[in-house]
Amino acid sequence: MTLRQAQGPGEPLVLGIETSCDETGIGIVRGRTLLSNTIASSMDEHARYGGVVPEVAARAHLEALQPSIEAALAESGVALSDIDAVAVTSGPGLAGALMVGVGAAKALAVSLERPLYAVNHLVGHIAADILDADASPLEYPTVALLVSGGHTSLLLVRDLTSDVELLGETMDDAAGEAFDKVARLLGLPYPGGPEIDRAAASGDPKAIAFPRGLNRASDMAKHRYDFSFSGLKTAVARWVEQRQAAGEPVPVADVAASFREAVVDVLVTKALAACRDHGVPRLLLGGGVIANRRLRDVAIERADAAGVTVRIPPLSLCTDNGAMIAALASELIMSGRRPSTLEFGADSTLPVTEIQVAESAEVPV
Amino acid sequence: MILGIDTSLGTAVAVVEPDGVVRAQVESTDSRGHAEVIGLLIERALAEASVRPSDIAHVASGMGPGPFTGLRVGIAAARAFALGRGIPVIPVASHDAVALELLLHAALTGGRDNTEDAAFAVVTDARRREFAYTVYRGIDDDGLPVRTAEPALAPRDDLDGLLASAGVLRRDTERIPAAMLALAAGRALAADRTMASADALYLRSPDVTLPTGPKRVTA
Ligand SMILES: [Zn+2]
Repeated sequence: MTLRQAQGPGEPLVLGIETSCDETGIGIVRGRTLLSNTIASSMDEHARYGGVVPEVAARAHLEALQPSIEAALAESGVALSDIDAVAVTSGPGLAGALMVGVGAAKALAVSLERPLYAVNHLVGHIAADILDADASPLEYPTVALLVSGGHTSLLLVRDLTSDVELLGETMDDAAGEAFDKVARLLGLPYPGGPEIDRAAASGDPKAIAFPRGLNRASDMAKHRYDFSFSGLKTAVARWVEQRQAAGEPVPVADVAASFREAVVDVLVTKALAACRDHGVPRLLLGGGVIANRRLRDVAIERADAAGVTVRIPPLSLCTDNGAMIAALASELIMSGRRPSTLEFGADSTLPVTEIQVAESAEVPV
Repeated sequence: MILGIDTSLGTAVAVVEPDGVVRAQVESTDSRGHAEVIGLLIERALAEASVRPSDIAHVASGMGPGPFTGLRVGIAAARAFALGRGIPVIPVASHDAVALELLLHAALTGGRDNTEDAAFAVVTDARRREFAYTVYRGIDDDGLPVRTAEPALAPRDDLDGLLASAGVLRRDTERIPAAMLALAAGRALAADRTMASADALYLRSPDVTLPTGPKRVTA
């Protein structure tokens, strides 16, 4: 093996590579200090299709990787030869997109003769919090609500590097996807989140009572922390079509505001239920949809009333990025974890319990 | 020393000296697990060649044609390895490696398989009931195969007729010899020639259909 343990026990200098969806993220961190967070997004290329096209995203990653790594190095003033370890997202995410990052990360680690840490994307979202220089240290346990175009997950984090439990996740569309789909049926462009937000600004969130999804008594027994947004999307579509069929104008602002309220309500309600059920007075928010102002406001207001403290990493670290991947690897290194072997692949459904993938066996002294 | 990487079919890695001496050639014929094996194969090729990463001066990257998902793994790896060492990537059309192997073999065996002076097509599986093929005839003064037609796709059932009518021999392959890829890169380098585009040779556009508007949910 040419791989060796990162120079400990100081603060490791880690380069993280993230390619699980449509953002090519390269991050460089030293210990818990963020040095660079470079993101190239292929979002514009997906706009005309109304959603992320996996093959388009994967092609964009291949082209963006090298310039993004170079930009991150330039921004941080770090030379590749200074890097102590390479980190990469192994999953979950789009398989073809993940493979670009995995292939690059492995070759980079071998080329630099540095250890490689293959990590979980969702746990990376939690690790983003550690890079927030202004925040107090993350306390455990904490409930984490991760909401993006690719995932909607509720996690119980007892320890970032060793104990993360999945409480629930979406059974169908991710929340961000629901925003995109509803935006489309209201004739708004992609990505839907900011568009719905803009339209909702002048609307009445109580105008239309859209369903919340998985909040009936029977659902709350079986899917207490799971989400479902496809029924909500269909309900919005049906409501809009009935209006159109009746020859009446569609009140876009009211529909947008009421739809957004339904999404926000179910997200916050279930997250706070998880806090209450587990006796955890802390809630961490992450993922690109956290950029939604209404979601943050409602979460903070209702958490406050419930005696729960809300933590939100800077928004630039909430969207998919390589810095959070580097941060997670840095934590793993500082807690004494061995590097990953080179024998892992892209795992599109990697469970959240697998914080690090393919940790190498202990080398007998 | 040149490191050759190709994932247009299986995963193939080689280390070749600039004068063509093959120091190591390793491969996996699995047409799916490229991301799983790429790191180990690079590591093994370096070990078998008894070289360090710092001994590598150039990386030859097989640019396809090949199924997208796998093809990208090798190109990403080639670029990242080169970036790590601050050395250039030399893009090579993957079929060139196969053509070079056939031509060198023909030269050694006195052209018994007619590849030496006849036009021949390197043919690989492009999935979706299509083949990818590139037509060659002979070798030039730089020791590089002469492409007479650029890589293209043909429906499986049409290829034989297409090649026969053009008087082109058919040479199917299920593997890309990475050593030949590196050798072709070395020869292109020596001759100061560029043999392939720096972009992946996909030959197909992404499968996407433009949305026609939201689907109705009410009758
Ligand atoms: Zn994410």
